[in-house]
This record gives sequence, C-alpha cells and structure tokens, in this order.
Amino acid sequence: MKPNTKFLQGNEACVEGALYAGLRFFAGYPITPSTEIAETLSARLPQIGGKFIQMEDEIASMCAIIGASLTGHKVMTATSGPGFSLKQEALGYAVMAEIPCVVVNVQRGGPSTGNPTHVAQGDVMQARWGTHGDHAIVTLTASNHQDVFAMTVEAFNIAETYRTPVILLFDEVVGHMREKLVIPAPGEIPLVERLRTSVPGGVDYHPYLPREDGRLPMSDFGGVHRYNVTGLFHDMWGFPSDNPGVVHGLMRHLVDKIENNAGQLARYKEFELQDADTVLISYGSAARSALHVVRNRRARGEKLGLLELQTLWPFPAALVRDHCARARSVVVVEMNTGQIMREVKAAVKNPENVFLANRIDGTLITPTDIRNILRLIQGRGV
Amino acid sequence: MAVKDFIRERFFPHIWCPGCGHGIVLNSLLRAVESLGMSKNEIVMVSGIGCSSRISGYLDFHTLHTIHGRALAFATGVKLSRPELNLIVPMGDGDALAIGGNHFIHAARRNIDLTAIVMNNRIYGMTGGQFSPLSGCGVMATTAPFATVDQSFDVAELARAAGATFVARSTTYHVQQLTKLLREAILHEGFSVVEVLTQCPTYFGRRNKMGGAVEMMKWFKDNTTPVGSKAKTENPALIERGIFVQTERPEYCKAYDQVIERAQKGKK
Amino acid sequence: MVETQTKPKLKEHRINRAWCKGCGICVAFCPKQVLELDDQDKAVAARPEDCIACKLCELRCPDLAIEIITE
Repeated sequence: MKPNTKFLQGNEACVEGALYAGLRFFAGYPITPSTEIAETLSARLPQIGGKFIQMEDEIASMCAIIGASLTGHKVMTATSGPGFSLKQEALGYAVMAEIPCVVVNVQRGGPSTGNPTHVAQGDVMQARWGTHGDHAIVTLTASNHQDVFAMTVEAFNIAETYRTPVILLFDEVVGHMREKLVIPAPGEIPLVERLRTSVPGGVDYHPYLPREDGRLPMSDFGGVHRYNVTGLFHDMWGFPSDNPGVVHGLMRHLVDKIENNAGQLARYKEFELQDADTVLISYGSAARSALHVVRNRRARGEKLGLLELQTLWPFPAALVRDHCARARSVVVVEMNTGQIMREVKAAVKNPENVFLANRIDGTLITPTDIRNILRLIQGRGV
Repeated sequence: MAVKDFIRERFFPHIWCPGCGHGIVLNSLLRAVESLGMSKNEIVMVSGIGCSSRISGYLDFHTLHTIHGRALAFATGVKLSRPELNLIVPMGDGDALAIGGNHFIHAARRNIDLTAIVMNNRIYGMTGGQFSPLSGCGVMATTAPFATVDQSFDVAELARAAGATFVARSTTYHVQQLTKLLREAILHEGFSVVEVLTQCPTYFGRRNKMGGAVEMMKWFKDNTTPVGSKAKTENPALIERGIFVQTERPEYCKAYDQVIERAQKGKK
Repeated sequence: MVETQTKPKLKEHRINRAWCKGCGICVAFCPKQVLELDDQDKAVAARPEDCIACKLCELRCPDLAIEIITE
C-alpha cells in the first residue's frame, strides 16, 4: 500500500481528518464506541506538539476545548450519546459565545446505557435540540471512511468560517468498521484557518461585530486585545446586556448565520436520482445498505435512487424537496424511529408518500430489510 | 490610583449589594496583581456563574465568564494550550464545591498551574439565598426554612487531600493578609487555592441574624485565628487563617511537555 | 532600594460618591474614627486631621470608592 493509503477504523479516519485540518488540542473522556478517537490522539497529538488531555468527565472535556479554542487552536472532543448529553450545556455556551470547536458523537443504541457496543442513529434530534434555548447548529455525518475524513475536515472549516461548534454525528458501524482511506495530499482539500483581527493593539476591537461578509475576526487570549467572553447575551464588545434590541439582534444573528446558509452548508451525495420514481434518503452507515439496494434494483430495471445526506443540520429542506418532487414514494432509511423522516415529511410536497425503513435493534439495517419494506410499500408483500 | 489601571471603569459602580464582601476580594486581588507587575495581556481570568463570577467582567484582563461550576475545566483548556499565561479562577462556594466539586478536586490532583479563589459566603446569593455545601449545620436559607442539617466541607482540607500544592485562607476583614496570600498564590507554580470568607449581608447575614456587613466582618475578626496559634488549641471552634499547604510537585503543563518529548523521540 | 521609615502623611481622601454604596465598612473599621456617612449615605472624611493614612478604608472598600492620597 502507498504510504498515504491506510486500512483503518472510521474513528481513526476521523483522527486523520482532524489532524489534516489542523487539530492541536483534544480533551475527552472514555466512552464506547468513540474511545479510539481519544486513544489515537493521545499518541498523535504530542508527536506534533499538540495537546491531549483526558478530563474528569464529558462536561469538563467540552469546557476545556472551548477554553483552548480561545487561545487560537483548532480543538475537538469525542463522545457517544450519554456523554453527548453531558456536553450539551457547554455546547450551548460555544453557540452563544461563538467559539469554533468540533464535537464528535459516535452513536450507539438507546437512551441511557442502552446498547453501548451496537449501532443506532438515535441522536439526530439530540444534535439538533440537545442544548437549551433557541439556537442553530451544524451537524455533519458520513457513511464511509473517505467521507468521514472529508466531513471531519469540513467540520473544522465550517467551525472556523461561522465561529460555531460543529457536530460530527457518526455511528458505531462507521466508527468501528475497517476499510481503506486514502489521505489526500496537503493542500488537496482547502483548509479554513482561524480568522484573526487585523485591528492593532490599543485600537478598539469588537469581538462580536461581524464584518460585511458576516465573519467575526477573533483575537487569541494572551494577545493584545483583552475582551470579555460570556454566555450571557452580550454587546459587540462581549459585555453582558439585557437590552431587548441587543438580545433580539444577537439571537437573530446566531440563528441566521447558520439557517440562512443552509444551502451553502448542505453536503450530500446523489446516486441514480435522475429518473428515480422511488427516492431513498439515508445517511451514515444506513446509507451503505441503501446504496446497495439502489445498485441491486437498478440492475433489475427498477427506478430507484438515493439521496445521501451528509449535512443533517441545518436540514437541507430545499434540496430534499427538489429531489423528491417527481418521486412516487420517498423512503427514509435510518436506524431510529424516524427522526429525519419527520424533517423529510415537513420538507416535501406530498408527505403522505414518505415512508420509513428502519431498524432499532442494535443491528445494521440490511439491504434485505430495505428491499422487503420497499415491497410492502409497493403493495407486493415480502 | 494604579489599581484602577486593572479595572474596566465604565462598568462601575458594580452590581454587588452594598457591603458585599466580593468587592473587597476584588479590591485585594487588584492590589495583589498590581504588586506583581505582570502585563495585563498575560492574565486570563475564568469564572463560572453566580455573584462571585461577575468579578471577571470588571477586570481588564482576558476574561472568560463561563457556565456554573465549570470555570476550572475551561481554565484547564486555556492553560494547557497556552501554559505561559497566568490563570486566575474566582469561584463562589456553590460554584466551586457543589456543581464544580469534581473539577475542583481534579484540577488539584493534576496540580495544573491555576489560582483558584473560593469566595465563600456560605450561600447562593445570585438566586436569592439558598444554602450551599459550605453553609454548614443550623443555617437558615430559603431552601432550609427549618435550618440546615447538611454538614459543610472544609475547603482547605479538601484541597490538601486532593493534591493542591498551595492552600490558604483569609477573610475580607484581613485585607492585608488576603492581598499577600493572593499574591503568593498567583506566584505559586501549581494548583493554588485561596479560600476567602466573605460576607453576603443581603441573604446570609439578614436571614441568620448576623447583622450587616460590618457585623459580619467583625465576626470574621473574632472567630478566626492565625494558623497554628495558641488560641486555636484553647478554642477549637476558631477558624484558622494563613497558609496550610505550600509544597512542590510536578506541574501538569510542564509534565505534559515531557510527554511531548517522549512522543517525538519515539517517532523519529 | 532603601525604604525610608517616615510615615506617609495624608493629603486628601478622594471619595467617589458615584461608586460609594454607603455600606459603612470604612466608617466602622477606621482606627481613628475619621469617616462618617453623610445624609445621603455616602462616606465622607469628617475628621481628616485625625487620619493616619493607614489606608485600611481604601483596602476594605468593596466599591473601590476610596482613595487615600498621601504627600
């Protein structure tokens, strides 16, 4: 194998992507099935002069990466569902204080301890609405290791561009499965670096005043600009304010900077959609089975296509609506009780034509499962 | 005065109640920092949530006002990523030792070079006077209308047991000692804890019939004694002031530099 | 540097009335009873001639409202 070709776990592909993107600080806490990300980074980060710290809990890990981001570093933490719950308060802080960071959730099954070593996609809505209060969030996912790598790089790029936390929502199958990864050459995927203010020391710097292009240049803690960062509503200097105009303005800014760019943030893949009368919509490991079904049925002349979502939030509603406009039926393939299906139903013109093909027993949904459900929808029986 | 160079004057008068001890802690801290001659750009102040936590916004340093109980975790991220910065972490008693108790003991265990100031007024002031883990037994609070039955922590003993390498206590009455201790704590390399007994006349004093700020400060004068004093042996109820622990142990960020060294040696 | 042992002499009590909240801490703990609260509950130096410039009022003021200026 060439040196840039590796055979590895999805969790390791995520690490490769993060390091490619410039990760320099990771804080984490052991939890299955994400632990390999922490393990791998505990070896890799110090080799490049970066820092790895195992914190006392998931909460502290999230807080520590926010602190480290403020000193100018690219930062990440990784966890699974229960740990993701613990991170939610600090995640909201990063939304409010507009601090770039990447949070990986390698999903496992069920509420509580559930099914820790088995696959599920039950945290889609936790990613969207897990933290308190109105807010917008970016969540990316992937179904194979090349895409895990690419989406991890994207996550860092989006975090820096929009000064926001970005969630990488992988799942146990993708995280633990081993397959090939070709690491792109440096520069092959463009990287977004921290945008630092050009305002010189001694001149009034506004950490929360967007430029014309909407971006907010930052200043590293320890640098020449001493400013305040708070989770309270704040003015353009970062100082607390409960002025209704300031509160409204900041609320709108936090939501609009993400939601108004839903089109730009949409990452997806299309397979055989050109003439599809049945559109499958899927993501993560479930999309692997969905793609298999599409290829298999196409070979038999059935007009099946797949829209694989890589951006889950902000939900690419316009994209979904357009791609489903001519479909007789839309089948959402996911391993939960229909979390993305609800979004699809809300997005399309004819929600009565949207069906769910799912599996919630800790095992990967198979092409046979999907094919059987398709036959039922078509009134043909299994 | 020169200490005013360290504050953000436009936010004064501050939000704290008349006679609140937190202002005295701020006052002492300013004098401690002034005496050290550090650049303001080298100082990062990280606080959590509560009356005490508002101290960071008033200071002209890099200031990070975070979430309840987690200030030390945020500070750990700042410090480990930029070890050359000086981190000061003021916290309230509930903030540091109820919701933040886990971070407190683990920051002490790591001996990471942070200066933790526990502003102990034995009450949750911002939310209107609920008892805290430092209230102790027999205290009246809005959530203890029949008086508390909860025992309190001894912050100094807890910090010592968890591994803090500098542990001290003073009060808002003993301002000269407090300034000196804060200065030493900031200079100390490793995790340092300064507990400051501070008055909340509004919620603790009034409800517990301790009088106003002046009477509460007199109580600090009459009920504390220097560490190792004879008075303590005669009256064990006295609270000791001074330095309890001042020792050396490898500091976390320095220790991690060795990890980097080993990792890089192993690679090439 | 050799420190001179001469005691500082008071020039002025600079009291920021906008910041003073009238808590009375400075009044209560002044060793020479120099300070008082006026009818608006603001600290004033009623007997500045007695001041020994120990600065305890300045150090204990929770509102950073007192400054002792010495010669």
